[in-house]
Amino acid sequence: MSELPKTTHGEHAPAARSAQTVNDELLSSMRPPTLRWYALVIFLLALIGWGLFAFGWQVSHGMYVTGKNRPVMWGFYITGFVFWVGLSHSGTMVSSILRLSRANWRRPILRAAEAMTVFCIMVAGLFPLIHLGRNWIFFYMMPYPNQRGLWPNFRSPLLWDMTAITAYIIGSSLFLYLGMLPDLALVRDRSTGWRRDVYGLLAMGWRGSAHEWAVYHKASTLMAALIIPVAVSVHSIVAWDFAVTVVPGWHSTIFPPYFVIGAIFSGVAAVITLMIIIRRTFHLQEYLTAQHFDNMGKLLLVISLLWSYAYFVEVQTTWYAHEPIEWEVFSFMSDRYTWPLAVMLIGNSILPITLLCFRRMRRSIPVLLVLTLLINVAMFIERFLIIVPSLSHKNMPFAWGSYSPSWVEISVNVMALALFALLYTLFAKFFPIVAVTDVRELEARRGQVALGRASLPSLPVED
Amino acid sequence: MEKMTSPYRWGMAIDLDRCTGCGACVVACQAENNVGLCDKKEIAEGRNMHWLRIERYWVGEYPDVRVRFLPVLCQHCHDAPCEPVCPVYASYHNPDGLNGQVYNRCVGTRYCGNNCPYAVRVFNFYPHEWPQPLDSQLNPDITVRSRGVMEKCSFCIQRIRRAKETARGEGRQVADGEVQPACAQTCPADAFVFGNLADPLSRVARLSRSPRRFQLLEHLGTHPSVFYLKGGGREHV
Repeated sequence: MSELPKTTHGEHAPAARSAQTVNDELLSSMRPPTLRWYALVIFLLALIGWGLFAFGWQVSHGMYVTGKNRPVMWGFYITGFVFWVGLSHSGTMVSSILRLSRANWRRPILRAAEAMTVFCIMVAGLFPLIHLGRNWIFFYMMPYPNQRGLWPNFRSPLLWDMTAITAYIIGSSLFLYLGMLPDLALVRDRSTGWRRDVYGLLAMGWRGSAHEWAVYHKASTLMAALIIPVAVSVHSIVAWDFAVTVVPGWHSTIFPPYFVIGAIFSGVAAVITLMIIIRRTFHLQEYLTAQHFDNMGKLLLVISLLWSYAYFVEVQTTWYAHEPIEWEVFSFMSDRYTWPLAVMLIGNSILPITLLCFRRMRRSIPVLLVLTLLINVAMFIERFLIIVPSLSHKNMPFAWGSYSPSWVEISVNVMALALFALLYTLFAKFFPIVAVTDVRELEARRGQVALGRASLPSLPVED
Repeated sequence: MEKMTSPYRWGMAIDLDRCTGCGACVVACQAENNVGLCDKKEIAEGRNMHWLRIERYWVGEYPDVRVRFLPVLCQHCHDAPCEPVCPVYASYHNPDGLNGQVYNRCVGTRYCGNNCPYAVRVFNFYPHEWPQPLDSQLNPDITVRSRGVMEKCSFCIQRIRRAKETARGEGRQVADGEVQPACAQTCPADAFVFGNLADPLSRVARLSRSPRRFQLLEHLGTHPSVFYLKGGGREHV
């Protein structure tokens, strides 16, 4: 996690550009939308419309339109929930941990990662509401004075979920917004008309005085430190949904750390995917260099090793204890879902660990694109394989069953993906998707100033 | 055990040596409790609504094959896995030691159903209807549940309530055998015995101390209120 090498790699030429060019290039995503942009938005809206129709179908008909049944009462919805909560851990990992460890290479990608956190957790928060049998009285789960004279049950992990997710949505939105303040001011200064008023309002009167910068730096470091425990607790709590039950295969003490590792794994993979897309769409090859992908690849390799270890420990304890019903669940899972299991192991362990060991692979954009997409498919499968096989073969053999998702559940999951993509597309159009001030700060630090006849770095390098 | 606030702790003993697997209890339960009518499709999908099921197991190798019947209903656990996970207290523990289920509170997270190791909680996946003239036999003492709601055996709580009211009116406690759930009342082999476990002399309390007693999934520590009785000997395969 160190300073980017300055001149050793030819692809990066520092401080050659004027501030104006840098601003222009980094804010290129906010130029007036093209026809292709509109086409994309309409396509995403159509997918969301279809998903809403499917959800409406479920609300008006009943839960029988899903694939759920007596033993398997949770399915694709809760899989989607855990998956999206997992993805939302990207921003925290990439942005706050790298900010605290002063890894300067994080700068061009931190905004993309933070925005991803906010939108992923928003999408995730929809699933617990969608999966209810009586969605129209979802507010029974909220603590408010009501005519039933009843407070919600805070012993229920679902209430912990709701508390944690609300806290995370608020925290990560603040984190995103705080980091964006100087950039919003920059956009305000560059825009005209009513846009200027809107961005002016959003920038909250930022003028860029020395005092403001000092407060800003203090606040963002503090925020970065505060958001980490929230993020870790969110996915631990999601893991407790399963770990505190008596369902064989769920009742496992390793679940909280295992889920957090899995969350960071899928989150970092998704950040790399997004980096590739943003780099290509907005022509940011100058700012997102092979060095960034190399570093992210190393991070991914470490987390993949951690995930593999956690998964191995989980299976190993099941195998060693050989508790009949737990073993039955594992046998059923590997028997009925052999192919998904194979995809999961290849996508989460075997391929990442072998490929990412090589520098050339870490620096190859197509390899990383395929790999990170595969990792997230594998992580979705992983969540599915945790939830469904355990429920299918619970303690009473007479009541065993199985599950396959219906078109409604698949449509709603596709809607979630489309909703995330739409929120992200809109965000990238209306807000600076690359943290301009952070990048320029780095450029300034790297710049040379003339002092007499000597040329010295403008600021001492931090680490 | 928590402090007792009620003189009752309802429990049941099911004598498996008596059970013939006839299924009369299943029908009685369905009629008493307004349990939804399921067609073939619903049952094939694993969405049947039976509060009480007869599990059938084949034991032994041909030609010495025996069939075992196990009536399974809500075990009314004293440390019930379904209760703490419900976010809205639809599943709760009442002072008589019963697992209550308040249909009007239920939002349908189905978490209780997942966490029930006995898989006795049934969910209204379908909206259920009672075509003419079946609607005339709906029990007026019980709510008809809407779709999206979890339900399960209540030990015929409406009968317990009525017996308690009668007893209170006469200034006494409910006598042993005075109240019976529909399954116990119907069983032709008299395999079900229902009563007050808090009264050590009641029939069910005496049976619960029988050497033949066992409980389902005892190792999970759920402390069920249902005791099963099963003899040894050749039957004990």
